[in-house]
Amino acid sequence: MSENGSDLRPLSPFTTVWRWHVTMVTSILHRASGVALVGGVMVLVTWLYAAAQGPESYSILMALMASWPGRALLFGFTLALCFHLLNGVRYLMWDIGHGYEKQTADRTAWFAIVGAALLTLALWAFAYWRLDLLSGQFQGGG
Amino acid sequence: MRTSYKNITGLGSAHKGVGHFIKQRVSAIALLILVPLFLFQFLASFTTGYSGVMAWLGSPFGAAVTFLIVSAMVVHMRLGLQIAIEDYFGGAIRTVALLLNSFIALMLWLIALYALIKISFGG
Repeated sequence: MSENGSDLRPLSPFTTVWRWHVTMVTSILHRASGVALVGGVMVLVTWLYAAAQGPESYSILMALMASWPGRALLFGFTLALCFHLLNGVRYLMWDIGHGYEKQTADRTAWFAIVGAALLTLALWAFAYWRLDLLSGQFQGGG
Repeated sequence: MRTSYKNITGLGSAHKGVGHFIKQRVSAIALLILVPLFLFQFLASFTTGYSGVMAWLGSPFGAAVTFLIVSAMVVHMRLGLQIAIEDYFGGAIRTVALLLNSFIALMLWLIALYALIKISFGG
């Protein structure tokens, strides 16, 4: 409603009045995961810089990342990356005119959400099995 | 009746046309290839500790893949954040945020470039 109350036409629907549906969730998550991945790029660049600075710097960063807050952060980045990648494929398909049907859009949205969760769990299961991350520290020096 | 300049060039009033849209898609497709490739190599080298990681990052292929993924990520990140900033901020805050967005993206790219050159040529 406008300030003078003369215009009673409905306003543009927003999240508070809009029924939640899965394609809306993926749209919001795409932006959220994209913004979160800025942190991921920063960690990646920090990792490269630490490697270039020598084994001491590298060990410090590895110890930091191996701590439980560090692991939680990396797990979050993995989840954000997997979702952004899978959902990004949906948007690329939309760009070339595929997958716009309501049922298809809903199905691919669920696929992106469930797929991202499964892919993240698979990557971390692999990391724990192959990289021996349970030993408490990521391999630093040497 | 004259045709406006923006309609002849197809670049619009900002003189950039669909450049933003296309760059976002090109970097997305590049990342679709680079992310799995990088992750695979990263996980393989990670088991060998610091020396293994340095050997991988210092190899021509490892350095190339890492340089390409950081470059594509920084381009994609800058364009994506630009849209988010333009959606949520206006006025002076928008201008400052857009400047910071560009500066931080460029800075991250330069740090990565420095690190890769140092690793490749030994510092």
